Amino acid sequence: MKALCWQGVNDLSVEQVPDPAILNAQDAIVKVTASTTCGSDLHLLGGYIPAMRAGDVIGHEFIGEIVDVGPEVSRHRRGDRVVVCSIIGCGRCWACRHDEWSLCENSNPKPGVTDLMWGGTTAGIFGYSHAMGGFRGSHAEYIRVPFVDYNAFTIPEGVADLDALFASDAAPTGWMGAELGGVRPGDVVAVWGCGGVGQMAARAAMLLGAERVIAIDRYPERLAMTARHVGCEVIDYTSTDVTAELRERTGGRGPDVCVEAVGMEADSTGIQRVYDGVKQQLRLEQDRPIAVREAIHACRKGGSVFVLGVFAGFVDKFPLGALMNKGLTLRGAQQHGQRYIPKLLERIAKGDLKTSYLATHTMTLDEGPKGYDMFKHKKDGCVRAVFRPWA
Amino acid sequence: MKRLVAGAALAAAGLAVARWVAARGRVPAAAKDPLESSRWLGVTVNRPPDEVAPAGHLPEPLAQVDAEVRMNRAPGDRGTEIYARPREHRGGADGVLARLRGEDPRPGIRTALRETKSLLETGDVLRSDEEIATTRPTLPGKVLDMALGRAAEGGRL
Repeated sequence: MKALCWQGVNDLSVEQVPDPAILNAQDAIVKVTASTTCGSDLHLLGGYIPAMRAGDVIGHEFIGEIVDVGPEVSRHRRGDRVVVCSIIGCGRCWACRHDEWSLCENSNPKPGVTDLMWGGTTAGIFGYSHAMGGFRGSHAEYIRVPFVDYNAFTIPEGVADLDALFASDAAPTGWMGAELGGVRPGDVVAVWGCGGVGQMAARAAMLLGAERVIAIDRYPERLAMTARHVGCEVIDYTSTDVTAELRERTGGRGPDVCVEAVGMEADSTGIQRVYDGVKQQLRLEQDRPIAVREAIHACRKGGSVFVLGVFAGFVDKFPLGALMNKGLTLRGAQQHGQRYIPKLLERIAKGDLKTSYLATHTMTLDEGPKGYDMFKHKKDGCVRAVFRPWA
Repeated sequence: MKRLVAGAALAAAGLAVARWVAARGRVPAAAKDPLESSRWLGVTVNRPPDEVAPAGHLPEPLAQVDAEVRMNRAPGDRGTEIYARPREHRGGADGVLARLRGEDPRPGIRTALRETKSLLETGDVLRSDEEIATTRPTLPGKVLDMALGRAAEGGRL
């Protein structure tokens, strides 16, 4: 079959690879009908996640049709049109039973790497390196889905492909940031990053009752898209002092909840950009925590900061003093998607949550390298490139 | 590609240094856990004790390793804590030599505990897609293989 493969740093190609197979009795094979780029893929592309091999199939946010099931699959059958969570959960360990699916204890067959790095083993993720289980990604014609009864969700009739697609990752990730960040009615919420996840977090905050939501980015087209489709306020950090602006808009308090949806390659203006860039390239820190620092400084006393962006290792100049003395709550997680996807599909079906507008560029799988080039460099206003392998 | 190799090497070196520094902070004299070879490896299974070892029979993966095994109910309704360790404790230089020769029994016990947990909770042990490889051999891949070679045997349980 055809698949988009990582070949090295900033090097992708479409290759013929062996078809996936059912390896466990609870697996299914899914024919991928749409698969989208995600900002976290850029960390793989840039070489910041070291456990990649030449030839690895990337991609983790997708929908498709089930074409084969293992003998112990009970909730799905051939022909089901499904959205699949990017995080793989077993559904029966303590973490999954407590709706902390990204902490699944049975879905990563290579637990030694994350244990060494983080002092604990986390769930497997599709197409996200051998540290996260060595599972193939979704930018392919077919993909194997382990524990499919728990990880695939039937798409309701009437929900279009491009609406359902973002229920795989961007929408539940954003929703989790707002919900676990503790957004309550009347809150003021600030979201760093107007990519797909940031926009979904902003929309989730509004649906959870936030009185004001303010999103922050540097790209005019993303800020305009967020204002238009999410309906929240926006700040361009290249022309505004974000912390001062947030204080001015919140009676001097700062936002109640700050959601960071940027990750380890955060950009900025000023000296921080140079400092963190140099340290990251020299591997003196693995991640650039620029947006996290700003969120902690901007947050109101006693407020909450949620880290949604993907980080892998160590950071420098972390404002622990501000965190402690302001009495902040700091949380983070990979998405617990299975907890949110059914409800999100209902909201999408009802029209409460719009997602398809994120798909700014739809193309064939053969155009995968071009799609990532556009996505990485924000060419032509690209927010998400979506690949249709069978188009 | 060179950037990736250099990055991986630097990251690995950084992790090693961080772990060394952390270990120095915790164990001031020997910088090494003196009980390492005799410590119990533990895993918590989300099943009650009577389902973990019905009639005293150990689950298959644990029954197949030569190890002392004990178990108790986990606090907080978390199921059962299962512990295992080698019957023979080889510390010091002997233990280092055993590891170098690939004769250290602890990785095998760790794997048995993890597989026991997965079988009891899910009825299966998940396999990686690496079994049907899409990758091609490269120099960085070989470096990665060395780093990942024992990854299936590791992991906090």
